[in-house]
Amino acid sequence: MAGRLEGRIALVSGGLRGIGKAICDCLEADGAVVYATDLDAPDSEAARAASQYIRLDATSEDAWIAARAQVEQDFGRLDILVNNVGADLTGKVQDLALADWRRLITLNLDTVFLGTKTFQPLLAKAGASTPYGSSIVNISSIMGLVGMGEVSAYNASKGGVRLFTKSNALEFADAGVPIRVNSVHPGFVETPLLRKGFENWAAREGTTADAMIEAMAQTTPFKRLAQPVEIGKVVAFLASDDASYMTGSEVVVDGGWTAR
Amino acid sequence: MTAKTDLQGTVALVTGATGGIGRATVAALAEAGARVIATDIGVDAQVDGAVAYAPLDVTSEAAWADAIARAEREFGRLDILVNNAGISVTNSVAATSLAEFRKCFAINVEGVFLGTRAAQSLLARSGEGREGGSSIINLSSVGGLRGAAMMSTYCASKGAVKLFSKSAALEFAALKLPIRVNSVHPGGIETDMMDTIFARYVDEGLFADMDAARAAVSAGHAVGRMGRPAEIAEGIAFLASPAASFMTGSELVIDGGMTAR
Repeated sequence: MAGRLEGRIALVSGGLRGIGKAICDCLEADGAVVYATDLDAPDSEAARAASQYIRLDATSEDAWIAARAQVEQDFGRLDILVNNVGADLTGKVQDLALADWRRLITLNLDTVFLGTKTFQPLLAKAGASTPYGSSIVNISSIMGLVGMGEVSAYNASKGGVRLFTKSNALEFADAGVPIRVNSVHPGFVETPLLRKGFENWAAREGTTADAMIEAMAQTTPFKRLAQPVEIGKVVAFLASDDASYMTGSEVVVDGGWTAR
Repeated sequence: MTAKTDLQGTVALVTGATGGIGRATVAALAEAGARVIATDIGVDAQVDGAVAYAPLDVTSEAAWADAIARAEREFGRLDILVNNAGISVTNSVAATSLAEFRKCFAINVEGVFLGTRAAQSLLARSGEGREGGSSIINLSSVGGLRGAAMMSTYCASKGAVKLFSKSAALEFAALKLPIRVNSVHPGGIETDMMDTIFARYVDEGLFADMDAARAAVSAGHAVGRMGRPAEIAEGIAFLASPAASFMTGSELVIDGGMTAR
């Protein structure tokens, strides 16, 4: 049986590690041609492991435009855009520097805006030639749904992704642009980014990252963190025609964290 | 690899399987490789894709016990329960009788409770060792997320399904039972139920005729059309599969953008 994404072209920002890598793998497993983008040099080990790699600073509009030129030249279309790139920041509001706040908003929100804006024409073009249109999947977080102390900047950025997604979905649907737009809200996922974030936090709190990660797993009803592939498979579903009537929806993948 | 092959070896039971979404769900689960037991209120029915049909009044505790016992006897397991049976009530609060309200709750809410309770043990045993465990999918609605005029009884029942699903999800996780529980929230779908709702809107004078009602409801979806039953069934099959292994207590909204506003 042919994969459900056979013939589809996808681009995943932040695609070399963690959730982004798993998303690339799942889209490819369903038959898509996938560009991973990231900051690595093209000859890095991670970049060479990707099927197609574009070096892309996702905070730079010029870089996005260059990436679009390459995809347009290679295939003339884009069916799936996964705005996955992002970073985390923890700390008390009183202690946050404006520069750090701006950097986080830039990494988590500007990147989604720029990716969407830059690739909209290519997505619309591809969407007109597939039965149920193109698909943008934006990676928000459960932290875009509920608050947590000392996570204010990240909460704000991911809440922004959630409503940017819904607004795009409505804008495109109202204008008859064949692009569905949905957000995915992972709970705590076992990634290098999560570990690094906890290492920084643990250093301030005088504990260890392992202890904090285990404590976090215990606060999840499933009593474990998600594996990246458990997010990747959900993204592949939203990218496919199986989700043909879904737009503006938020898919929560959190082992029951926000059901409480 | 595709999600459509993810249900090999599983057994599913779908209630309300002769309705629009029910039939599409049986077909989608079967296409994904599940053996599907179709159930509904009628004594007999032909449902494409089903390996068996069993009459099941979801409001009857005894009928549920029989249905689950039969599933275990004939198939040895149950991995997927789709609590899909439901009815609509389109009426003003003032004109809704207590009997009408209770009938809606008996089918839409008690049916979900009784089905979950009856199937829990077999689902738990079948979910051991299977990737993603067993899966209960409860059909709520956009009416379980937002209110709608003349739909108070229906919306109340679907709101109950939404939170019953979350509580059951948390309970089973706390008990370490391998059963995920999620709700699905369709927008307006091309089914006999929607036609019944349109006819009631016309009766109540909300719209001049069926076509006007249909046009207004279609326009209420951002994508400008109602959904097809298969578009809900694909979401149900996804939640039933290992692809949704970290999803429990979640709401899958499939509404063409209706509630994004």
